[in-house]
Amino acid sequence: MNWSTPYEGMIAPLLIDNIDTDQIIPSREMKTISKKGLKEGLFANWQYEYADGEKVALNKEFILNKKGFLNAEILLSGKNFGCGSSREHAVWALKDSGIKVVIARSFGRIFKNNCARNQLLTIELSEDQIEHINSLIKRNSRNNKVKIYLKKKLIITSDDENYEFDIDPFVMKMFLLDQDFIEHSLSKEKEIDEFVKTDKNKRSWAYL
Amino acid sequence: MSSTLFEKIWKSHCVFQGESQPNLIYTDRVFLHERTGSFALKSLKERGLNLKNPKHVFATMDHIVDTFPGRGDETLMPGGKQFITTMRDLAKEFNVTLFDINDPRHGISHLISAEQGITLPGSIVTCPDSHTCTLGALGAIGWGVGSSDCEHALVTSTLIGKKPRQMKVSFLGKLNDGVNPKDMMLHLIEKYSVSGGSGYAIEFSGDTIENMPLENRFTLCNMAVEFSAFTGIIAPDQKVFDYLKDRPYSPKESWSEITYHWASLASDDDAIFDKYIEINASDIQPSVSWGLSPEHSIPINGNIPELSDIKNPEKKEEIESSLGYMGLKTGQSLMNLPIDVAFIGSCTNARLDDLRAAAKILENNKVSPDVLAICTPGSADVKRNAEREGIDQIFKDAGFEWREPGCSLCFYAGGEGFLPQQRVITSTNRNFRGRQGQGVRSHLASPETVAASAVAGKIVSSIKVIKQ
Repeated sequence: MNWSTPYEGMIAPLLIDNIDTDQIIPSREMKTISKKGLKEGLFANWQYEYADGEKVALNKEFILNKKGFLNAEILLSGKNFGCGSSREHAVWALKDSGIKVVIARSFGRIFKNNCARNQLLTIELSEDQIEHINSLIKRNSRNNKVKIYLKKKLIITSDDENYEFDIDPFVMKMFLLDQDFIEHSLSKEKEIDEFVKTDKNKRSWAYL
Repeated sequence: MSSTLFEKIWKSHCVFQGESQPNLIYTDRVFLHERTGSFALKSLKERGLNLKNPKHVFATMDHIVDTFPGRGDETLMPGGKQFITTMRDLAKEFNVTLFDINDPRHGISHLISAEQGITLPGSIVTCPDSHTCTLGALGAIGWGVGSSDCEHALVTSTLIGKKPRQMKVSFLGKLNDGVNPKDMMLHLIEKYSVSGGSGYAIEFSGDTIENMPLENRFTLCNMAVEFSAFTGIIAPDQKVFDYLKDRPYSPKESWSEITYHWASLASDDDAIFDKYIEINASDIQPSVSWGLSPEHSIPINGNIPELSDIKNPEKKEEIESSLGYMGLKTGQSLMNLPIDVAFIGSCTNARLDDLRAAAKILENNKVSPDVLAICTPGSADVKRNAEREGIDQIFKDAGFEWREPGCSLCFYAGGEGFLPQQRVITSTNRNFRGRQGQGVRSHLASPETVAASAVAGKIVSSIKVIKQ
């Protein structure tokens, strides 16, 4: 994904607070040692209808199963999205389902970091801004698009409201350059080795 | 300049700082488990990357492994065995110390990291698990991460991170009878919301904490993540030093000098926190959760809130949906609500003190015939010590299954869950929708409350049972 150019995508609103990573993907859906093929498990508690604990059908009422939202690439949610378990499968499942951006009032810390490591953009907006975007979609589901200019840290709504958002400058750089965090830190190996040398003298008890 | 305990440890681990550059923070130890550790090592292998210091990396099998007696690599979870064997093969390949399934040192990572002296005061430990914060009880920074950051720590011995804001949560005075640290955290989260600690590292302090046995402090720090905090930490004291002395990976030489240094690890008297919370211990009652978030908790003799008390329409909707799932009504009391299952286990409440407290209630009592009761000690060490004290016999005589250590039924690990609509009283940490199985209704509580409820066949306070 090239984040250095403007991006336009379709939103699906899921305005619930505290959506935990167990909801994004339940433990039972993490079946293999692979970051791929997790789409089926995304929001599995909501995506399907169950009988006696077994999936029996798609839940047509769930937003991502509704006509007009099937190709959504942006999720719009509430407070503390991605709280709970550290499972990175939550991010992989979202990506596997074509989600590129999550907009919310706030995020679980580990989830937000996991997103950045996987080039899934998280954007924090205020309650009013989120409500405004949601009201546009409610009024007409065809209004469910926004433009995102990452370089300018700007979201433009379908009625041309401009919302600025904040992003850590280093994280933004990594998005724009599509760079890997480990590669970046490996380039600082000399500094790390120097630190360890000094630290070993000070805290020899911490080294095995 | 004065600083908090967290800031002191953070600063002493800061490798690199710069504009539009990340803070690189040195990490002393990395702990892996078979669910995400297998991913991390597999991914490194595929990328041809090596561990920076394998001596500082440890692994266990806790997330997927079965807890049935006589277990092996087979699990009820489809494909689960693959995680276990991959973890084992890759631990060997990367020279990582593995506490394998039948190793006498085996157990839940956060328990054995303490038991083995792997986590030390003033250090930073990481694990691809959100409950790594548990280890803050030893005066260390327990930093929970995802798989990618775990790989980062394995390859570079560092993590990238911004220093969180600082919060001090003080508990003052004597706790009421029958109140467990679990109740303290449910009280805190209910009062200040499940996202109340978001963006903060929390130092727990006050005389309640100072007087608290070390084992209970782990429970407190463990639940910091349920408050959405970066981590929880408690200044290390003599209890911590006594606990760590002569542990397998604790320092062997210059012990008194090292503990002298550790004793200096405390927030300065004039350190400024970004937020302060003060709680009178006497205000805390044994608590139980009623909904789908730990903030949905009430004192055991209280009532579920009335919808008319809630103004925000979306919050109303959330509560209605939670209550629908839980099969409960607004204003209802939880006391005497019939239960199907009682579970004691997890990194939150499965240490020796927890099992002792539950055993006190179970002694000369029987689990109600309608209730399935299961106990999984947190580690092989906890299990051995409990068996030495005859606690296993008390549990078994009462009608509890006495299992092998692991994360177990806290989250459907090992592919084992409860049945749809079964009502479970559980000593674990998360009452999320479907956490313990599709449609399962989980009520968080202390091991004491779980034990008392198992006997009664319904949710009851442990105090009543003890007094009888």
